[in-house]
Amino acid sequence: MESDAIIEVLSRAAPASALEPVVAGDGMPTMYVALDQLVDTCRALRDTPELRFAFLADLLPVDYLPREPRFEIVYLLASLGTAGFGETAKRLRLKVRVPGAKPSVPSVSSIWPAAGWSERDAYDLFGIHFTGHPDLRRILMPDDWEGHPLRKDYPVQIKQPVKTYEPLQVSQEQFVANIEAARDRARSD
Amino acid sequence: MSENDIEIPVLLTTVDKIVNWARRSSIWPVTFGLACCAIEMMAMSASRYDIARFGAEVFRGSPRQSDLMIVAGRLSRKMAPVLRRIYDQMPEPKYVISMGACASVGGVFDNYAIVQGVDQVVPVDVFVPGCPPRPESLIYGIVQLQKKIDKSKVFV
Repeated sequence: MESDAIIEVLSRAAPASALEPVVAGDGMPTMYVALDQLVDTCRALRDTPELRFAFLADLLPVDYLPREPRFEIVYLLASLGTAGFGETAKRLRLKVRVPGAKPSVPSVSSIWPAAGWSERDAYDLFGIHFTGHPDLRRILMPDDWEGHPLRKDYPVQIKQPVKTYEPLQVSQEQFVANIEAARDRARSD
Repeated sequence: MSENDIEIPVLLTTVDKIVNWARRSSIWPVTFGLACCAIEMMAMSASRYDIARFGAEVFRGSPRQSDLMIVAGRLSRKMAPVLRRIYDQMPEPKYVISMGACASVGGVFDNYAIVQGVDQVVPVDVFVPGCPPRPESLIYGIVQLQKKIDKSKVFV
């Protein structure tokens, strides 16, 4: 199923003007979607019976500095097909353009829960905010880190002193309770 | 009175010498690998290179039973407090070997995430160069550490 056919099916759910197919070098169906139509399009992609893109394989931001709009977010979707009914598995590359000043994208974690950590990753390393995300914290860098390291304008080296002390993340009482709970589990097994 | 006049055999030495001999002959490293250097560290402790010849083969899972920390691999800034905590939990006397280019100076990871030399976090006794160092290099580093221990003063 090529991107034109996908758009034709989608146009029943979302306005077709929001979608813009592009020819990808690898032949994979690829399309841009307008930022304000992202969530509706994603829900239609997942729920329309002919499409059933139920699987978000990956979500990755790209920094195109100094171009404006600066960021793009790529959603790699897969439809697993229905075995025995002539349905074949298909893939789709969905892209959305995000402006560089205060980048903010509606979260799709309510549609695909798998987007949760990927969006945290994008927030951590690119500084893109996902509105409606249930738990938008840093995922890789330390919590008190300044800046977003994978942006193109981030310095390669930073001359900050290395932090050598971090308070324990559990209290003493919690630590003892955890040990005792583990011991009780081991005894009951 | 000469030594031959005493009936039981006696060996004379100094406290420094015998304590240092005891310390250097059983350096127990803590099981702590950070990256690919740890593979060479494991090879060093396995049968082919056999660090047991130098008395350092007992890798302990707890820092409280170890004498030596081999920092094997690149240390990320997020890992630095953890490394420091493990070092602080080791009992004195304790030693640190910085194994490989990444642990010593950051190696190829010249970026924001990697500590450019673990001597910013813990005091290092021996730096072992290489990327990764061959097991022989690390054994050489441990022998250098043994020489260093031998020359140290127990009571100051």
